[in-house]
Amino acid sequence: MSDRQERDQTRVWMQQLPSGDVRVESPLYHADLPSMMAINDDAGADTAGGVALAELPLQAHLVIRGRAEAPGFQESLTQALGLQVPTRLSSVSDGSQTLRWIGPDEWLLTAPASQAFDIETKLRAALPGHVAVVDVSGGNTILLLSGLHARSVLKKSTSYDVSDRNFPLGKVVTTTMGKSQAVIRRVDELGWELIIRRSFADYLWLWLQDASAEYGLSVHE
Amino acid sequence: MLYIHCPYCEEHRSEEEFHYKGQAHIARPDDPDNCTDVEWADFIYRRDNPRGEHKEQWYHTVGCRKFFNAIRDTQSYEIKTTYKVGEQPDMAAGIVTGQQGSNAS
Amino acid sequence: MSQTNLRISGGRIRRDRPIAFTFNGHRYAGYEGDTLASALLANGVDVVGRSFKYSRPRGVMGMGAEESNAIVQLGATDATEVPNVRATQQALYDGLVARSTNGWPNVNFDLMGLVGALAHRLMPPGFYYKTFMRPAFLWQSYETLIRKAAGMGSSPVAPDVDRYDHMNHSVDVVIVGAGPAGLAAALAAGKTGATVILVDEQEEVGGQLLHRQAKIDGMLGADWVEQALSILLSLPNVTVMARTTATGYHDHNFITLHERVSDHLADQAPEQSVRQRMHRVRAQSVLLATGAIERPLVLANNDVPGCMLASAVSAYIKRYAVMPGKDLVLMTAQDDGYRAAIDWHDAGHKVVAIIDARVTAGDDCTQAARSRGIAIFPQSGVIEVIGTTRVKAVKVAALSPNGEQVVGNPQTLICDTLAMSGGWSPAIHLSCHTGAKPEWREDIAAFVPGLTVQKQWLAGSVKGDFRLADCLSAGSEAGTATAAFCGFTSADAVAHQWQVDDWDDGPAMAYFHVPHTKATSRAPKQFVDFQTDVTAAGIEMATREGYESIEHVKRYTAMGFGTDQGKTGNINGMAITARALGKTIPETGTTIFRPNYTPVTFGAVVGRHSGQLFDPERYTALHRWHLAREAVFEDVGLWKRPRYFPLAGETMDEAVARECLATRNGVGILDASTLGKIDIQGNDAREFLGRVYTNAWAKLAVGKCRYGLMCGEDGMVFDDGVTACLADNHFAMTTTTGGAARVLEWLEHYHQTEWPDMEVYFTSVTDHWATITLSGPQSRALLAEVSDGIDLSGDAFKYLDWRQGSVAGVPARVFRISFTGELSFEINVQAHYAMHVWEAIFALGDRFGLTPYGTESMHVLRAEKGFIITGQDTDGSVTPFDLGMGWCVSDAKPFSYIGKRGMARQDCIRTDRKQLVGLLTVDPNQVLQEGAQAVDDPEQTIPMTQLGHVTSSYFSHCLQRSIAMGFIRNGHARMGDIVYYPNLDGTATAAEICSPVFLDPEGARQHV
Ligand SMILES: [Zn+2]
Repeated sequence: MSDRQERDQTRVWMQQLPSGDVRVESPLYHADLPSMMAINDDAGADTAGGVALAELPLQAHLVIRGRAEAPGFQESLTQALGLQVPTRLSSVSDGSQTLRWIGPDEWLLTAPASQAFDIETKLRAALPGHVAVVDVSGGNTILLLSGLHARSVLKKSTSYDVSDRNFPLGKVVTTTMGKSQAVIRRVDELGWELIIRRSFADYLWLWLQDASAEYGLSVHE
Repeated sequence: MLYIHCPYCEEHRSEEEFHYKGQAHIARPDDPDNCTDVEWADFIYRRDNPRGEHKEQWYHTVGCRKFFNAIRDTQSYEIKTTYKVGEQPDMAAGIVTGQQGSNAS
Repeated sequence: MSQTNLRISGGRIRRDRPIAFTFNGHRYAGYEGDTLASALLANGVDVVGRSFKYSRPRGVMGMGAEESNAIVQLGATDATEVPNVRATQQALYDGLVARSTNGWPNVNFDLMGLVGALAHRLMPPGFYYKTFMRPAFLWQSYETLIRKAAGMGSSPVAPDVDRYDHMNHSVDVVIVGAGPAGLAAALAAGKTGATVILVDEQEEVGGQLLHRQAKIDGMLGADWVEQALSILLSLPNVTVMARTTATGYHDHNFITLHERVSDHLADQAPEQSVRQRMHRVRAQSVLLATGAIERPLVLANNDVPGCMLASAVSAYIKRYAVMPGKDLVLMTAQDDGYRAAIDWHDAGHKVVAIIDARVTAGDDCTQAARSRGIAIFPQSGVIEVIGTTRVKAVKVAALSPNGEQVVGNPQTLICDTLAMSGGWSPAIHLSCHTGAKPEWREDIAAFVPGLTVQKQWLAGSVKGDFRLADCLSAGSEAGTATAAFCGFTSADAVAHQWQVDDWDDGPAMAYFHVPHTKATSRAPKQFVDFQTDVTAAGIEMATREGYESIEHVKRYTAMGFGTDQGKTGNINGMAITARALGKTIPETGTTIFRPNYTPVTFGAVVGRHSGQLFDPERYTALHRWHLAREAVFEDVGLWKRPRYFPLAGETMDEAVARECLATRNGVGILDASTLGKIDIQGNDAREFLGRVYTNAWAKLAVGKCRYGLMCGEDGMVFDDGVTACLADNHFAMTTTTGGAARVLEWLEHYHQTEWPDMEVYFTSVTDHWATITLSGPQSRALLAEVSDGIDLSGDAFKYLDWRQGSVAGVPARVFRISFTGELSFEINVQAHYAMHVWEAIFALGDRFGLTPYGTESMHVLRAEKGFIITGQDTDGSVTPFDLGMGWCVSDAKPFSYIGKRGMARQDCIRTDRKQLVGLLTVDPNQVLQEGAQAVDDPEQTIPMTQLGHVTSSYFSHCLQRSIAMGFIRNGHARMGDIVYYPNLDGTATAAEICSPVFLDPEGARQHV
């Protein structure tokens, strides 16, 4: 048996998504963001003037571990995902999947919810040597923060330098967020993506509402 | 609040992202069972307390989750250099985060 | 009183915007652009407070951060009050309400003869020092008296209704102070493209240029400021912030800027706007252009209202269009002071005389005074001020050339204002924050910043360069240098050559203390520190009592201990100390200033970390259900966990009794999602587990779980949990709720620094998996109803097995492990589906009497089984053997696992260590106090010999009696002995030492 086959038998993973009709709740389900979107609509809020927030819930989140310099690792990962492996503090995205550098031997992949098991299966088959893949989809959610004052809200929340010259498009940084933390990615000129942990989601949601109050906050899909 | 260069992220980050882990280069004895009680206590408890340069270990907790070493001056808090676990400090090429005494201009 | 009498033309106030305000209950009028201090002066309010110790009337003395008299309690309501606000730094706004900080019963009621004399007797110099030496109870009575007599500001009693926040910045250059040096520096640095923050604590930038006569490039100072500001505002890389104080300069060029965002707008501030903001700035370089603070002169009765700093007199006239009085006498030791007299004269009021301590003054200033017909008394001093609530006259006398003796007969000059100009003290405060020791410069008789480890530049008066032309050129050079240091240069980098039209100031005299005809100890009070009422005589007394270091003198006299940190007083105090000791000032020592430069509100310190955002509250995916069920929560780390689920009218004891019995007799359900969960993968995962747990892992089969203890290298237990073997090289570890992050960091620490070659990866999956525990004899039957794909029979799914299947249609891993001693199943599903699964179980639960239970019942249920909780039954000083858990320690493992060597220490193998045992009270209804100490003989004399403490104690409704666990010295060998727990009332509770397993010691209930 090759190393790879041997390892396949020594790890276990499972399809974690139900096949039937099952209610699913994102970490901010209780906050009832759709009702806040309705308020925006009623008020005809001008989102460009303030801060806009959206939750991108229920995505597949996979932690990928491996040695970047190990022979064949990056090539296999690229082949399996169709994405280049991002280097230090950066990300690579094809619009559907996004791969983020987290540490020298750690990446975080997000993809549409239904793909977690398939991607995990594919990666386990493809990646050589000492690697690990862990489904953490249930533990995270994604917030999208945008608008003219989104950067000000970030500056209230983290001591990391979010200026243009230090935080170009595509950059990824794990840092503090209030008294919690987030994986922050610059997605466009005025837009930032925050990956936050489920148990801290309510705290950060309150934090962001409070931090954006002076600029005006609107909630979007 | 210190500004610490993570040798893995290759950036300076605020102290609040890190945990301080004490003196660096304290190796676990290879054969603990044949250590005397005194030797074992030395390994667990005895640490240097220099006035000046101190080699210490830090953990980039809210960041890349990597441990690394730093040489920090305990008087000025100046960090002379940081380097990865398993490396030796290269003072010449080190990243100097403080500055030699200066009131420039 | 009407402000108009004292208003003159000019100034920077907005006459088209009148403002009404209230001070000490009286209504007054001012203008936008006024400070509270300038408006009070304009309204002829001489007395703005009473002094701290002697209750002497005090008036406005300065015009900025240095003010030590005009300190007020600001705000109209309990919720918006701010104590210790300097009236000189508070912009006037419509409806402002303030009152004196010091002043009881009120500032205008003269208590001098009464409280002052009384206070003097009660509080001689050294009051603080001596009081602290005495028993603490005396201090309390003194303190009450001090606060009532003098006041130190009062804490607002209602919750603050305003918003405060923090904002972080990373920039190339922070320039502190927007006077001539700071503005010139910002212009130079700004044009290179470097990112620049320029801050100034005043309401507008410009510093002294806003009131000085000098011209720059042919423009009046104020016009030049306007032009510089418009250039800076046009640069996108430059941020200019007025009403922002650099309060602290910390390690690695981290600087805090306290911005008063809407304090000047008060009620007119936009809704949701922030009142104050603390900017936390990481700068590549910091340029201090903080200027200098003028010193008053120490002379008799120099605290009478109407005694002011010369520079403040000019500022009030030129900037705020207020005449602080009618007839001025100036007492100076430097040319610069003459400017106040010139401004006074040019505003159309009378300058009675200029009293100059020096033998000769500079040509320019002399010429300016003479040409206006102003009398100059050289080599003279104002030796005493006459007046109580306002200056009425001054006594002037000729002095010896060194200024230390009165040599002529005093004469009296009638005046209502005394301007004092003792010299300039560079504002070195921020430099001191970096640990730099100030350096004395004899040529300017001042301390300048010493060497620092920070990337700090200096420009202007803070370096001792007081001349305007020097400030401008040094500013340009330093601005260029800071930017260059950050890698930014400009094509037109040649510093601008400023054309300055100003006096050529001659040398100042190092002069601090004007003598009196009487000895200092007998002369009227000569104040050094106005805020803490320290006098020259008090300092001399301190030196006579043997205090030789300035640090001791400060503590003895309280000099510099006010909220102004001695900005005006410290140097004078040091000079007087030095002279009394026959030393030089540098020999006497230096004084170090600490953050913050001026007082900062707690609101700004706290920012938005208050109320519900004070600390994160972590919720499980089932939190909404717990809330709906009206659970009572308990904090476990940052988590909110249901402690119990009371039914209507139930007490906690009743609810816990019901929950425990339902679990033992039917089935209970627990949200265990907060347990730490770590995914462990890799070829060396199994070996790694063997190194970090005390027991053996080599043979744990796929599909099996095992309980493990973790110890530190000292052999002491610090965490525990169950780890499942998912596949040969893949494990799921659980940790305690509170220990999750610590355990993960600990694993990483050993992996990365001790055993980096081991092939293993750790990933936190705490938030990913929700954990629902079904426990009780009916749990199997209930689970059978909702699960698929798992054979739940006792033969197929044994205790400590785990199986994969689905629960309520959701893929799940089910672990048959138990913390209650009952048949139990821990169901793990992806957290997004937890609520669905939980509710599906409840939909079927009624038939089984399904009862939710919280952490309190969990604690009781596990204690009935003698299961420990690390952190409650352990405290970092107990080994597995102390806990009676030697079964969980393997000595067969080849690797010397963490904790093994520590446990083998001489001290850990003593037989008389404190050991965990069960405790049954002789009276089954008596419940021991957790923390209570056991003794063998309750009649022994105090202090008694203690055997160990109770760690867990409950009333068990299942056993119908109290149960407890605790430590007893050598307890494992003392089964059946009776020990006693003394109570406060003199009685003692007797308890029998027993096994901690109170229920089902054979484990029959969980092996079904
Ligand atoms: Zn890092």
